[in-house]
Amino acid sequence: MTPLLELEDVTKVFGGRRAGATVRAVDGVTLRVGRGETLGVAGESGCGKSTLARLALRLMDATDGVVRFDGQDVTHLSSLGLLPVRRRMQAVFQDPLASFNARETVRRIMREPFNVHSLSPSGGIDAKIEELLTSVGLSATDLDKRPDEFSGGQLQRIAIARALAVEPELMIGDEPTSALDPSIQAQIINVLLSIQRDRNVAFLIISHDLDVLGHIADRLAIMYLGVVVETGPGPALMAGPLHPYTQALLSAAPTPRARRNQQWKRVLLPGDPPSPAHVPAGCRFHPRCPIVQPDCRTTVPVLRAVGPDGTQVACHYAPEETQTQGRAIAAARLGHDGDPPPTISPGQHGVLASGDRI
Amino acid sequence: MLQIRDLSVSFGRRRAVDGVSFDVEEGEFFLVIGESGSGKSLTGGAILGLNPSGSTRTGSIRFKGREMLELPERELRHLRGDQIGIVYQNPLSAMNPVIRVGDQIAESIIVHGKGSGRAAATRAIELLERVHIPDPARVAQAFPHEISGGMRQRAMIAMALACGPSLLIADEPTTALDVTIKAQILELFAELRRERSLTIILITHDMGVVTQLADRVLVMYAGKVAEVGPVETIMNQPAHPYTKALMLSGAMSDAPFKSVLQVIPGSAPTLDARPLGCRFNPRCAYAQDDCRATMPSLRPIAGSLAACHHPLVGFRHSELVA
Repeated sequence: MTPLLELEDVTKVFGGRRAGATVRAVDGVTLRVGRGETLGVAGESGCGKSTLARLALRLMDATDGVVRFDGQDVTHLSSLGLLPVRRRMQAVFQDPLASFNARETVRRIMREPFNVHSLSPSGGIDAKIEELLTSVGLSATDLDKRPDEFSGGQLQRIAIARALAVEPELMIGDEPTSALDPSIQAQIINVLLSIQRDRNVAFLIISHDLDVLGHIADRLAIMYLGVVVETGPGPALMAGPLHPYTQALLSAAPTPRARRNQQWKRVLLPGDPPSPAHVPAGCRFHPRCPIVQPDCRTTVPVLRAVGPDGTQVACHYAPEETQTQGRAIAAARLGHDGDPPPTISPGQHGVLASGDRI
Repeated sequence: MLQIRDLSVSFGRRRAVDGVSFDVEEGEFFLVIGESGSGKSLTGGAILGLNPSGSTRTGSIRFKGREMLELPERELRHLRGDQIGIVYQNPLSAMNPVIRVGDQIAESIIVHGKGSGRAAATRAIELLERVHIPDPARVAQAFPHEISGGMRQRAMIAMALACGPSLLIADEPTTALDVTIKAQILELFAELRRERSLTIILITHDMGVVTQLADRVLVMYAGKVAEVGPVETIMNQPAHPYTKALMLSGAMSDAPFKSVLQVIPGSAPTLDARPLGCRFNPRCAYAQDDCRATMPSLRPIAGSLAACHHPLVGFRHSELVA
């Protein structure tokens, strides 16, 4: 079956004519999102993941490579030619407040996509808007409020409802939960899960948060300095990451269970991610890699299939030298070793006296 | 070392921080956790005598026996840096962009009379090395925008340590950093904690920070203390339903793939719309009539202190996520 979204060997170069002044923010990335599927793209700042989202949305033109939507090459489509594609592909960004006009009511914000795409849903626009708001956990009583009357989580729900208005087949989310408090993040994840279940929308979710992606992504792609270093089925990748960088990312985000395990330890990577303007020779990750070998400094590892499940990894020493460590890190992250914490016996309920230590 | 009693920070009649009390012992790693609007940063600011204009403070903050709320600004300024070091979320806005990193650190050494000229400059490089900045002499010569975010945060910590403070207050020091860099900075805090007789108060909304670092945790909600206790109790046997909910909110990795996550419904109340009674009651799964009528006060429950009429006794976190 034709994938819904396809990026083939896509490259984005920023900057200019002067030699050495260019930045290859995305450097030959190939990704596919199937219908109704969630692809999660993870990586740290500067890895090119947000540029990738903009390339997929055609908010930015690729320097090289092909972007296809439902089999159609959209790489060089004009904005007029893009309009029917845009209707089928919507975006949700990190900061919803920045994408709304602060002076408009929710009703007007929600009406906009219907006007832009000249849509007239059966039953009328207002009825449709109410249905959309309900589907993200808001109510019709919110329609006449303005953005500043809502919390961050509620605004993100409105952004999702607005994206759903045109009944898209694909939603691209760039850090959709990152600006939210932890308790609100889980609410938004539930909203995303429920709309995918009810509407069979495909998601391309970009995030630095592997906890979030691990929970929702059917497939994951890990980016480092403009390239994909590992990709595969989400649950498999979370259970046995093969690339040393994926392993470090996973180990940096302990689960509550791991946090309670006194034996748990992080894999600490030395140094900072290098700037995309100064990409190291050989494997881009080699200056920070805990298992670096001489050939990693000279030979670029290609992304290659390492299993029947579609897992691909760009590391000279995966899976042979990395598999055991990957499984151990995944298990430790979930707190699967060590003893359960001791329990504390309930004491007397009392009253706080003035001299008590608080 | 630090004793805070009934601290309030108000804007007009609205109390952003409302009657907060806690103690921090010498050498303790004390974590203050809360979501946006909980008053955690205002509480940290109040300890430093730094509060937004238009706010007033009442109550008592005793640092090493001295009442901070009564100290004149001149003495407060001396105390900050000299005895209390500060680390902020965004070092770029806390550092002077046109002064070299080494000079900024040396300046605080000189201002506080801990050295002068060459000695201060040498000490600055030592401090940069102390926080594991590679090539510290070169970084000392750099301007803040010329070094990476992780390096800037390290430099900021070096600056906070410049005069050998006994208390370090860090407000969301890792929030703006990438995960692998965040891990490095947390490791640095863990090391500072092991090696120095330094008391650390770390303010954060990130539950991931709790691990292996903190001795005790203070959980704030809507300007009040919800619960305070040893980290083991807070993580494994929270008494306050909000603490429990907060602990579970990061638990998506423990939930089956694509399953509906447990959530705290709604969102935290704004300053103008705080409910009567317990401020958490509209979102609480255990709320009863008395929770809607009277504000619970902090009292000892099992292993911690919690402000809850119906604490969760016998609840074990491990049972829920098993």
